[in-house]
Amino acid sequence: MVKNTLNVGRISEGFVLDHIQAGRSMDIYKYLHLDQLDCCVAIIKNAKSSKMGKKDIMKIECPIDFMDLDILGFIDHNITINIIKDEQIIEKKALHLPKKIKNVIKCKNPRCITSIEQELDHVFVLTDPDKEIYRCMYCEEKYERRPR
Amino acid sequence: MRHLMSPLDFSVEELDKLLDLAEDIEADPKKYAHACDGKKLATLFYEPSTRTRLSHEAAMLNLGGSIMGFSSADSSSAAKGESVSDTIRTISCYADICAMRHPKEGAPMVACQHSSIPVINAGDGGHQHPTQTLTDLMTIRSLKGHLGNMTIGLCGDLKFGRTVHSLIHALVRYPGMKFVLISPEELRLPGYIRHDVLEKNQVPYEEVVRLEEAIPNLDLLYMTRVQKERFFNEEDYVRMKDFYILDAKKMKLAKDDMYVLHPLPRVNEISTEVDSDPRAAYFKQMQYGVYVRMALILTLLEIEV
Repeated sequence: MVKNTLNVGRISEGFVLDHIQAGRSMDIYKYLHLDQLDCCVAIIKNAKSSKMGKKDIMKIECPIDFMDLDILGFIDHNITINIIKDEQIIEKKALHLPKKIKNVIKCKNPRCITSIEQELDHVFVLTDPDKEIYRCMYCEEKYERRPR
Repeated sequence: MRHLMSPLDFSVEELDKLLDLAEDIEADPKKYAHACDGKKLATLFYEPSTRTRLSHEAAMLNLGGSIMGFSSADSSSAAKGESVSDTIRTISCYADICAMRHPKEGAPMVACQHSSIPVINAGDGGHQHPTQTLTDLMTIRSLKGHLGNMTIGLCGDLKFGRTVHSLIHALVRYPGMKFVLISPEELRLPGYIRHDVLEKNQVPYEEVVRLEEAIPNLDLLYMTRVQKERFFNEEDYVRMKDFYILDAKKMKLAKDDMYVLHPLPRVNEISTEVDSDPRAAYFKQMQYGVYVRMALILTLLEIEV
């Protein structure tokens, strides 16, 4: 192994998520529910980046129709998604803010019906694309993002 | 099928039509006395209310329909832990239309997702209270002759007061509106309404602490109660509740046609000596509330007279 490098093997089919803000890959792991999937996941934290200083990278080996990555647009739309098939990049996916997100984040308003109603989906709607503001569909409480 | 979740569910044109219908009902109530014969209204009230529940029931009775329902969560299956979605599926089998009040915000929206009858949001926590807004709009239009081109003072609990939030949302759609927000620092209008509603729509507003300072310039004063049930802390409530009291002395500073509205109930924020002032419109407001709910029931049930 060359000094200061870490080699992670190629994947034959799946996704390479690049330019993740350093330290946020575990959030993505959680949001994509990767803990529930029986697939090979590599998380590279604090990799050197000429553009970002340091960044995280994730490699997820799974069938490419297996996962909905639109949610990444909500988490950080600067992430680059490379879609891999037969060990080749077949598409680079651009991210947009999703108009609606379901069961990814939870409404924290204790007065919201989502706090008591059985099996009710937590749905957030994009109400201000410029300011990237999402509000709970039921109580309209604003989702407070963690500072980037 | 339509529901009423927010005052903005109706466009300005639809709202005009609804208020026209309400005024026609006011002018000739007999014409509508049998419009809802055979129809049933269910009032599903998970928390106490006098005006909202009884005005919905009075509206349906005035239209010739009948009423059923419950007036507290304790007297419904909610006490056994039944979900809102299951309750509304059941009620849909019994009634033609329902009005729901619930302490949890968004509960009526859950109901309308599972309902096969129109659902009226009769207040959900600190979120929306659209029929109060319809009442307020009808009162303003009837007393002033128009909506828009006026300076409205909103006084009291502007932070938790859902009636104020809904009214602002509805009124910014009319031209020439100006708001004076009168509240203590702790109960200021939330930033998301100031920025996302007032500033976004370029509606001028000013924030003042003293009512006496604002009152001479107002065309209309909307008073609100500091609501005990919105506070987690008794101490904060006691400190805030007596902050504004409208009395005859303050009314002397106001214009001759500055009507006073209040969603009621009042606690002590309007002195009873103001009740005999011809500008005190808060009891008249309750009567308008019945007419506008009659118009709403007819509209949602798509009944034409």
